[in-house]
Amino acid sequence: MTTGTAHTARSLTASGGQGTAGDYIALLKPRVMSLVVFTAVVGLFAAPGHIHPWLGFVTILCIALGGGASGALNMWYDADIDAVMKRTAKRPIPSGAVEPGEALGYGLALSAASVLMLGLLVSVPAALLLAFTIFFYVVVYTMGLKRRTAQNIVIGGAAGAFPPMIAWCAVTGTIDAGAIALFLLIFMWTPPHFWALALFREGDYEKAGVPMLPNVAGRAETKKQILIYSLLLLPTAALPLATGTAGYLYAAGAVILTAKFLRDAVTVYRAATREAEDKACKTLFGFSILWLFALFALILVEKLTGLPAFGGLL
Amino acid sequence: MAEPVQPFSPEDMARRRKRSIVLAIVLAALMVIFFVSTLVRLGGSVGERAL
Repeated sequence: MTTGTAHTARSLTASGGQGTAGDYIALLKPRVMSLVVFTAVVGLFAAPGHIHPWLGFVTILCIALGGGASGALNMWYDADIDAVMKRTAKRPIPSGAVEPGEALGYGLALSAASVLMLGLLVSVPAALLLAFTIFFYVVVYTMGLKRRTAQNIVIGGAAGAFPPMIAWCAVTGTIDAGAIALFLLIFMWTPPHFWALALFREGDYEKAGVPMLPNVAGRAETKKQILIYSLLLLPTAALPLATGTAGYLYAAGAVILTAKFLRDAVTVYRAATREAEDKACKTLFGFSILWLFALFALILVEKLTGLPAFGGLL
Repeated sequence: MAEPVQPFSPEDMARRRKRSIVLAIVLAALMVIFFVSTLVRLGGSVGERAL
């Protein structure tokens, strides 16, 4: 009978349900979610118009939940490659804490809940945009692009760029030039940010069979692409000024921060040894996070303090 | 006399209990969100509408 009891316990354990609440929070990729929430908050404040503070809170909550749901669905689909990469091996599915089917159900339920809540309580156009974002991240990026092309993050980066646009849409009910400017800031920032990471984590991606630019086109080409995208950040950072979303404070900050971004990208490009490359890439990767955070923070400060924005050309 | 089946260890049961509590909190939060949002969306004029 002891054997029978042990067998029952094993089979019930194998059917799942053993993850802690912390494992389910980890499935939502809280660190990514924090950036999603922050950029969405800026989108909410930057948008022309007014939204009731409570509905603004619900909007941010729904965007955070939708972003988290995308993360859970991404972890469900990518559990096999997560298991072989050092950075991701301890995630809840490869570590065995959560069954793949549980993560799938959790992700789908949260996706549906976040979209329905946003649509029913705040704005139908914003909810449709949130649904499209989840679809784009899970189906287009995770299932379609990630394992097929080295340009995966160039196109897939759009998914991470939608949150401020969704928040903007919740306020205005539409997508205009200002929302597109915020979208483009994140969209153009994503490739140099991730390729810097990919250069000093090249072995991880290669082991998992994920075609990142360094292991497909080579390190020299990746460094060139980082430099090109970093140059493109110059006109992109000016877009919030051209659309009348940001003012002098943002302009001053953007010039200084983007100049430093470019200098770091040039250092990566010129690095002659592998050691110097890794060091320069780590510096660029770290600074790129600060660059994005600071630019959005400057817009937020301008809106909160009532500093005037430029007239806008677009 | 057969031994009673113990499908989950005490640790498993503790984890399940914590998850259930978190789920209950989430459901209560959802209830509050829908209630307050309904009040906000309806606004103050709800009592003045024609019946």
